[in-house]
Amino acid sequence: MRVNVTVNGSHEVVDEVWEGESLLYMLRERMGLPGSKNACEQGECGSCTVYLDGVPACACLVAAGQVGGRDVRTVEGLAEGPPGDERLDPVQEAFLETGAVQCGFCTPGLIVQAHDLIGRNPAPTDAEIREALAGNLCRCTGYEKILDAVRLAAERTAAAS
Amino acid sequence: MEFLRPATWSEALGAKAELPGALPLQGGTDVMVEINFDERRPEALLDLTRIRELAEWDMTDGRLRVGAAVPYTRLITELGASLPGLAQASRTVGSPQIRNRGTVGGNLGAASPAGDGHPPLLAAGAVIEAESAARGVRMIPVAEFFTGVKRNALAPDELIRAFWTAPASGPQYFAKIGTRNAMVIAVCSFAIALHPAERRVGTGLGSAAPTPRRAPAAEEFISRELDWDGRGPLRESTARRFGELVAGAASPIDDVRGTGDYRRHALSVMARRTLTWAWNDHTTALTGKEAS
Repeated sequence: MRVNVTVNGSHEVVDEVWEGESLLYMLRERMGLPGSKNACEQGECGSCTVYLDGVPACACLVAAGQVGGRDVRTVEGLAEGPPGDERLDPVQEAFLETGAVQCGFCTPGLIVQAHDLIGRNPAPTDAEIREALAGNLCRCTGYEKILDAVRLAAERTAAAS
Repeated sequence: MEFLRPATWSEALGAKAELPGALPLQGGTDVMVEINFDERRPEALLDLTRIRELAEWDMTDGRLRVGAAVPYTRLITELGASLPGLAQASRTVGSPQIRNRGTVGGNLGAASPAGDGHPPLLAAGAVIEAESAARGVRMIPVAEFFTGVKRNALAPDELIRAFWTAPASGPQYFAKIGTRNAMVIAVCSFAIALHPAERRVGTGLGSAAPTPRRAPAAEEFISRELDWDGRGPLRESTARRFGELVAGAASPIDDVRGTGDYRRHALSVMARRTLTWAWNDHTTALTGKEAS
């Protein structure tokens, strides 16, 4: 089937999508957007978190056919600026600076989820950060540096606004 | 497999009548797992996410009618004060991403004995509004809705439109046993609702029997024992007996998440504690108070 969808601001037409296919598969395998990671395929790990109409969701649990006419924003769509001269989002910068990235597999999902948290709540408490990230698993970092990254990104976002 | 995308409720009912094997799809948090893992290949997926009114709720004649597609996140933010038990249960569902997508309609459709939404609906005495193109609307009390493990009372041509329930008229609580604070399928769960105007207590048990169920003997006992007029203290022996009767209503199995004996014990503890919290709230007149 055909799916018409807006991804990272660009209107796309995707053909030959299988009816049972997930949004995650369509993004990675048909649209050249491998930022969202495929790990558990059951919503447990959060590595495939994307915005769907502005609300974070696990792309593995959204049927590709459900996004027709809707707006998807992936981790690739967070940086701003022209291709080749993008400026990373403050959340991405903070993950790099604090060493919140080790193997990197969970990072795209955590960044989208943290981006949503800071967008809704510019001064989250540690408890709020932990709750917001409860559905994103990381097996490398022990989470401490991820918490550092979110705190840093929140501080900078608050200072800039 | 077909992918059906009805734009209206009547189109959806027509599609379900024409193709009863079509599997309704809303948040996808159950259905897509089964498809991703090759466990299920329905002849069609019936995507209900374009039907706007399914994701709305309103109040009619003092009762809330909550569309089947209102996600858990919105049950917490928009209905937390009027449905505190369901809001507490909603907070324990999956993760933020899952709560953004998962719905009570989907929970009812899947009819898992472990579904977190079921016990508070049982305790509150909710009614399910089902509809078919051929026979119109049918109202099903939630206590009659679950018919077996992952089976419900829906006919093959019916869809869930909404659930109806009165806003809480007394304290409500939900408790759940799991290994961590997120992404947990209940080992067992329990919901309680005080209905002071009717001098009645409602209960709901999850992951404790082939279906979610009430504990009728426990409800009768405690409704009779509580000092509704005097708002007198709850005796510890009364709370303990209530817990025993709740545990007695369960018929749990041993499985990977816990043993039957553990589930019975945990239910008795959760029942005693939630009753104590609810009665404390009632006697201090903080009715409808929500636990954080």
